[in-house]
Amino acid sequence: MSDHHDHEHHEELPHASFSGYMIGFLASVFLTAIPFWLVMGNVFDSNSTTAMVILGFAVVQILVHMVYFLHMNFQSEGGWNMLSLLFTAVLLFITLFGSLWVMYNMNVRMMPGMM
Amino acid sequence: MSHPTATAATKNGDLEFFVRGDHHAPNGTLLGFWLYLMSDCLIFAALFATYGVLSQSFAGGPTGADLFDLPLVAINTAFLLLSSITYGFALLQMQQNKLQGTLLWLALTGLLGTAFLSVELYEFYHLIHQGAGPQRSAFLTAFFALVGTHGLHVTIGVIWLVTLLLQLSKHGLTLTNRRRVFCLSMFWHFLDVIWIGVFTFVYLMGSMS
Repeated sequence: MSDHHDHEHHEELPHASFSGYMIGFLASVFLTAIPFWLVMGNVFDSNSTTAMVILGFAVVQILVHMVYFLHMNFQSEGGWNMLSLLFTAVLLFITLFGSLWVMYNMNVRMMPGMM
Repeated sequence: MSHPTATAATKNGDLEFFVRGDHHAPNGTLLGFWLYLMSDCLIFAALFATYGVLSQSFAGGPTGADLFDLPLVAINTAFLLLSSITYGFALLQMQQNKLQGTLLWLALTGLLGTAFLSVELYEFYHLIHQGAGPQRSAFLTAFFALVGTHGLHVTIGVIWLVTLLLQLSKHGLTLTNRRRVFCLSMFWHFLDVIWIGVFTFVYLMGSMS
């Protein structure tokens, strides 16, 4: 029984590796520094281009953190981790995009003289 | 082990498989904690949506471009990013059963977290002092609610970290303590992920308009 527990003890926590953390860290340094440089140095003429590019960098950096720091994959917890993450991502998208969309339209329709 | 499947399986050598299936799912704590983080993520989704809707409602007051000090935000981001890698090193030391190394890296993570909080409190104090407190406009209310909630999470993380340092130095790297260190690592990295959203969506995009 004690043998069995020892075995479980090693199985319990996901394995972290030095190289994984270093890859994640270096990638996130670049993915953070570039958006700051784009905004502080006014690299693009149009604000909407900058906004789209830095949002793209944010999405990539979130994925890097998920994989290298939070050890996300399709195997952990028999896939339940990933399933709950995807479910949350769907709710997050509906909350964010839905609120912005609905409230923008409300503003446009309620105050025609002011917009 | 008097479970019928376990004894029945002894003959064909599948004992371990069946006995393991007899236990409740391994990593139950980690899955539960992950589900908590996902629900926390929804709180932040609501706060981000509120900020997104109100981000242009300045009520004639200062805008993000007037208020945000990007070099300060960059320093704060660096603190949080460094604290993520130091936590990673603490986890690696723990895997090698090195208590002193784990304590050292965890303490360093705590210091970086405290540095982050100090800069954020300085920023809040500075804003309120300028008359740009949460009551000034809907934009500032949403800003303080979102960034403040993240800061509150980091504060709780630092308190948890100090508690863990005491637990670790008293009881060592027991199975329970290992699980706690791992849960806090998920919490800590999760806060870093939220911060990516904050600095992109609030600070960088707010400074442009």
